[in-house]
Amino acid sequence: MSSQDTLTLPGGPDAATAGRRTMTLNMGPQHPSTHGVLRLVLELDGERVLSAKPDIGYLHTGIEKEFEAKTYQQGVTLTDRIDYLANLSNNLCYALAVEKLLGIEVPPKAVYTRVMLTELTRISSHLVWLGTHAIDLGAMSVFLYCFREREELLRIYEMFSGQRMMTSYFRIGGLALDHPRGWRRRVAKLLDELPGKIDEYEDLLTNNRIWKIRTQGIGILPVEDMLDLGITGPMLRAAGVDYDIRKAEPYSGYDLFDFRVPTRTENDVYARYQVRIEEMRESVKIARQALEGMPDGPFTADAPKVVLPEREKMKTQMEALIYHFKIVTEGFRVPEGEVYQAIESPRGELGYYLVSDGTAKPYRVHVRGPSFGNLQALPSMIQGGLVSDVIACLGSMDFVLGDTDR
Amino acid sequence: MDIPELLQPFALASQTRFGELTVEVAPRNLVEACRVLKHDLGFERVSTITAVDRFPSSPRFEVVYHLHSVRNRQRIRIKTRVNEDAELDSVTGVWRGANWYEREVFDLFGVRFANHPDLRRIMMPDDWSGHPLRKDYPVEGYK
Repeated sequence: MSSQDTLTLPGGPDAATAGRRTMTLNMGPQHPSTHGVLRLVLELDGERVLSAKPDIGYLHTGIEKEFEAKTYQQGVTLTDRIDYLANLSNNLCYALAVEKLLGIEVPPKAVYTRVMLTELTRISSHLVWLGTHAIDLGAMSVFLYCFREREELLRIYEMFSGQRMMTSYFRIGGLALDHPRGWRRRVAKLLDELPGKIDEYEDLLTNNRIWKIRTQGIGILPVEDMLDLGITGPMLRAAGVDYDIRKAEPYSGYDLFDFRVPTRTENDVYARYQVRIEEMRESVKIARQALEGMPDGPFTADAPKVVLPEREKMKTQMEALIYHFKIVTEGFRVPEGEVYQAIESPRGELGYYLVSDGTAKPYRVHVRGPSFGNLQALPSMIQGGLVSDVIACLGSMDFVLGDTDR
Repeated sequence: MDIPELLQPFALASQTRFGELTVEVAPRNLVEACRVLKHDLGFERVSTITAVDRFPSSPRFEVVYHLHSVRNRQRIRIKTRVNEDAELDSVTGVWRGANWYEREVFDLFGVRFANHPDLRRIMMPDDWSGHPLRKDYPVEGYK
């Protein structure tokens, strides 16, 4: 670079008239704090962020297209891969949407199991968030504590479904398998330990001066802007909006459980941290209620045209064999119609919009991923702040790029 | 939920199934109806915007808006039908959050939005040809 004059200044006419040079910085797509592949084009004036443009789509896998080529039950396996940190929430939302169209109700045992495991999913998702968020802000050890408990949670998912992450455990019409042997002791032990473990994380962070300085008063966005831009979930609750779909539009029997919706009013990164920590404690309570009240009985709905028959019946009853053959070869038909099912995933409003044309494959499945809506508000949140606060804001959003790009 | 009175003049058709209200409006009334929905009926956020390709019928696309009122705990689905060559007015002027959703519909379906501040592809690479979620786009294969 021989002469300064020949350089074109990025940042447009404003920067030129001010006589200052701005810098365009590509953060990502391989930046560790983006937790996946997100590219942020930052326009900087020194340490200050003038504007930011998120560039997404690096993880676009065409899942919505793929749904249209699979039968309804096969589609369950795709839902795991959308938000890979909250796979069971996705399984649940999709299953609920299809069940609504089919008009079938799952038995109490399936309902309780679904609630218990979805709440454990909320805990494991929040643990990954807390660990990585703390690492981004320089607190290395929290990560190790969080992943210790997450490991046990993954083992529990494996116990139930045979898979640690891609569980596909909630099927249309109930569960994939009956409860495994010894699950009750295993889950009870974890639920007994968890409150103490959450205290441990809080010991490390809640009154930590560095943590507070990095997070308090950072990332504030007015509530009207948040709603306008599409933010949902813990971020909205940290801004004082008492909205949780589990309470507002109860699904999957959440009205049977007693729990609180934690809210804060500070609306900063620290408040979001506090809300999520409280949510983990509430989730432990819900999971314990589900564990203690777990009913006996069948784990799939009484819907022979949808749910595969038991092995024994298949060998002795003609009808069961016919249904088995039909379900396996062509799937089941879903009546024509459309439905939008929303649930409270660990990240916010997760919605499945399902359109059926009466055949065995969905005509259209649209996934309203919470990360997509949340990430859209990022530029407004970090504008005018410092580069180091970008990391704190990114962390506080808790997005998953698989969920954003689908 | 019944169709709100203020929305009556815009509604071409409406139905309630599974407790969900769907109202169809004409493309030219869309923005006007959305303003009423936001400012008078309290739907302060757009939950999601997507489209359904009804190929080969005409108009080809149903653009579907899921709106949500946190205050009133209400949801509503607004639908409008457009053809491939038509331009639909953008609702980004009503809800800023519509921006990325409309970009996604443009990218994956090829529905164009008028008055959109930044209508670029969002999922697919910029030099991609075709719109993957159209029904005449193959699920697999090589270019």
